[in-house]
Amino acid sequence: MKEFVKTSSKNRWLSLARKWAVLLMIYVIVQVLISANIINDYIFSTFVTVCINIILAVSLNLITGFTGQFSLGHAGFMSIGAYTCALITLRYSSQVGFIGGLLLGAVLAALVGIFVGLPTLRLKGDYLAIATLGMAEIIKILFRNVLEDLTNGAAGLSGIPQFVNWTWLFIFTVGTVVLVSNFINSSHGRACISVREDEIAAEAMGINSTKYKVMAFVTGAFFAGIAGAIYSSYFYYIAPDLFGFMKSIDILVIVVLGGMGSISGSVISAIVLALISTYLQSFPELRMVIYGVLLILIMLFRPQGIMGSRELSLSVMKKWIQGIRRRNGGIA
Amino acid sequence: MEQFLQQLINGISLGSIYALMALGYTMVYGIIKLINFAHGDVYMLGAFVGYFCMTFLKLGFFPSLLISMVVCALLGVTIEKIAYKPLRDATRISVLITAIGVSLFLEYGTMFFVKPDSRSYPPLTGFLSESYSLGNLVFRGKQILIICITIVLMALLQFIVKKTRIGKAMRAVSLDRDAAQLMGISVDRTISFTFLIGSALAGAAGILVGIYYNSINPLMGMMPGLKAFVAAVFGGIGIIPGAMIGGYFIGLVEVMVSGYGNSMYRDAVVFAILIIILIVKPSGLLGKETREKV
Repeated sequence: MKEFVKTSSKNRWLSLARKWAVLLMIYVIVQVLISANIINDYIFSTFVTVCINIILAVSLNLITGFTGQFSLGHAGFMSIGAYTCALITLRYSSQVGFIGGLLLGAVLAALVGIFVGLPTLRLKGDYLAIATLGMAEIIKILFRNVLEDLTNGAAGLSGIPQFVNWTWLFIFTVGTVVLVSNFINSSHGRACISVREDEIAAEAMGINSTKYKVMAFVTGAFFAGIAGAIYSSYFYYIAPDLFGFMKSIDILVIVVLGGMGSISGSVISAIVLALISTYLQSFPELRMVIYGVLLILIMLFRPQGIMGSRELSLSVMKKWIQGIRRRNGGIA
Repeated sequence: MEQFLQQLINGISLGSIYALMALGYTMVYGIIKLINFAHGDVYMLGAFVGYFCMTFLKLGFFPSLLISMVVCALLGVTIEKIAYKPLRDATRISVLITAIGVSLFLEYGTMFFVKPDSRSYPPLTGFLSESYSLGNLVFRGKQILIICITIVLMALLQFIVKKTRIGKAMRAVSLDRDAAQLMGISVDRTISFTFLIGSALAGAAGILVGIYYNSINPLMGMMPGLKAFVAAVFGGIGIIPGAMIGGYFIGLVEVMVSGYGNSMYRDAVVFAILIIILIVKPSGLLGKETREKV
């Protein structure tokens, strides 16, 4: 209940300013390290993977964690963003083309989200899981076979101009996290959470549950489109099979490990899993076995994930540090 | 016309396999409301058990079929006991995630042990390798075998569900779990039995698809598993005859799309059917609209 206690507006501004100052500091430090070549291309590509995974996981968390709708087609939305941005930047290779392609990709992903979400989110139960899975497969076949002239089929598109740098990456990642957490803290977000907790009770309180489910689903699809666009613009190469069922599962594992309903949990687990998969790169089968066991074990022993539905914020960290200091002081 | 009839035969053979799998999905969904993602992988393991029996133990087809059904039945019960039973009171989403975990574990665990390459079944002999022609139509021995075995298994299933005590218990639990428990039915044992039967059918489907397509690999269960689920939804999830009809329908559609259209589109068509069902009649072909009680 502490969050709901009204803090004085001066305090709120102060904490907000502090938050942005920390973010700005992270941005400047990484930028300096990149200029000094301490962060080389290899490390930076890990950074890009982590940031893309953060965007994907936070957006899926909005759908699955906060609204309680199980989606298995996040990679499909990602591929729409990736292909749209790639096709546009291949023709108009400029910053404007990149941003235009990215936004158009995200909007297209959101439109597909409306198209799939409207019929399936009316239903109660797990139909959405299968419908989104099917949708991702249909999108894959669309890019591989139906639109072959445009997308170069199974071989994929290569030589996509690279526009993603640290600045863009930072803006989009932080932007996604901020927008999604603001959404969750708004009245719409609370409506979404109430649908997750008890759909019938929420409807009895006058909440149009289908509307909020679709809203969360489409917002999630939008940000997945952005992540896809960043992916295509950084890694030069995309192919339909990169965005298969396994990619969707990768994202789901991040969300479940971090805690369904915790944005900071998603961020932490995106980082942790990126490190784990870097170590397991040469054993792809073992990695998936570990993911499978991880999912089972989390669900059996800690279904709330690392963070549960709590959030890690600056004030929480400050309290921890104070607590540690006090304890140490007591010993001394 | 002849081409159409020929495709019809192929479609029914393929549909038999989907129907066998769809039965497992529909029974499990009917009883614990879970999309058992691991079901497709039980089918894959059934195909592998059959392969090992026929290649290394040099057993005939029928002993291999029995062994693979028994192994899969035990596997299904084990999965249920380890992964799903502790979550009986958890939210549906966590059981679903566990099911995906089990599926990943089985797929990539198998891949780790047998390597990802495809393997082919030993060449068939006798009746199975023959073809019989009727006019211009060709019946292959293995198609006849698949259709016959499927019909026998379905009849057996109908008998178990309709005529035996445990079948009655299964129907009672799927209708109302709490009331069934109050009537003295052991819910846990009934659920285990449902997994046992469903997994045995998946094992049979696995070995049948092995002799039909003659090629198996550790990820072979993923796509057919999803399609069998679509079949179950098409017929009305939780309804046993619905799953049979759905299985044959999806098999026919797939063969017709490959035969008359582009075989690349067949997966897309199946999922498009799913989305159409969800828009038009979410309760499926044989399903009844149920009112939600608070």
